[in-house]
Formats: sequence, structure tokens, C-alpha cells
Amino acid sequence: MTKSELIESIAAKQAQLSAKDVELAVKTILEHMSQSLADGERIEIRGFGSFSLHYREPRRGRNPKTGDAVELTGKYVPHFKPGKELRERVNQGLQMGL
Amino acid sequence: MAALTKSEMAERLFEELGLNKREAKEIVELFFEEIRSCLENNEQVKLSGFGNFDLRDKSQRPGRNPKTGEEIPISARRVVTFRPGQKLKARVEEYAGTEQQQ
Repeated sequence: MTKSELIESIAAKQAQLSAKDVELAVKTILEHMSQSLADGERIEIRGFGSFSLHYREPRRGRNPKTGDAVELTGKYVPHFKPGKELRERVNQGLQMGL
Repeated sequence: MAALTKSEMAERLFEELGLNKREAKEIVELFFEEIRSCLENNEQVKLSGFGNFDLRDKSQRPGRNPKTGEEIPISARRVVTFRPGQKLKARVEEYAGTEQQQ
């Protein structure tokens, strides 16, 4: 499912808002989530999961083209930990043969 | 550390888009529920600019009860993994906060 399919299926499940409003809402939610992570803030959604940042130590890497050593600085990467309900439902899908 | 929650997301929809509070709450609920039900049906979710939620089937493997040391197999299972998109990775990489991240 892509973002536009997600927007369509949300729009189909509620009566009040136009597809355009749902599109704006989905984009606003995703921007809010991205901005929080960019600010170093966690995201916690019960039953879905949590997003946090993991630190990657500085390391010496290589330019794959030239083979030259390059110093890579430490950085943060986004990390997602699925919540209990999501884990159980996804695994149930497997048990039901989906 | 503060964490972003569904109620703050709904509050933002109310402030920025003028949705009423009930609509805003419903949209936030539907957003996460639609992603969950898609993943439950073994379908990947791709949110461009943010990232992809992928599914991986793991076969059974040997495990141990950490308390007793007893060997018990870890059953075959399906798990969700999140792969952040380029745009999100680039935005987060610049984060040079002083707060300790785990």
C-alpha cells in the first residue's frame, strides 16, 4: 500500500471529510512525525509501536569507487519497535496462512 | 524525554487544518489502524518521504529460557521491520542533540 492508497482507504472509512482533507491530514501527520524525530523526540503510539533514534558511532569507511578511506562522523538513525498489538496481529496473519 | 502521541497529532490537525476534535481524533486512529490492517494482511506499506514498513517471515529456530537455561524452540513468526526513507534519514542525521538517546 502506498501513501495515496492509504489516503483513499481512510477517506472511504469516514463520512465527514473530503479526500482532499484526508490527504492534507495524512501529510500533516507524517510531517509531524518526521519533524519530531528530526528534533530528537520519540514517538509512542500504543498498540502500534514506538519510533526513536539510535546513535551510530563514528567509523572509518571507504569510498566504494576509489577505495580511499573516509572518516564518517557519528550520526542518528530512526528506529521502529513494533507494539504488542501490531506484533500479534501480523503474526496471526501468518498463522491464518495469509 | 517528551514523546509525540496520538493526542498531539490530533491537536495539530485541529490547529492547522481546522478539523474538529472528534474528526481529528478519528483520522489519527484510522491512519494507524489502516497501516496495521494492511500489515496484518501481509502487505507492505510504503510512505514516500517517511519510510517503508516491511514484513519478514522467520523460520523456527532454537532458543533458551534465559532463567532456567532450558532449550525451547522459538516458533516460526512474521515480524514488521521499518526502513526509513532517504528524506527522513537525512533529516534525522543532522540531529546533534545533547539529550542522551538510547
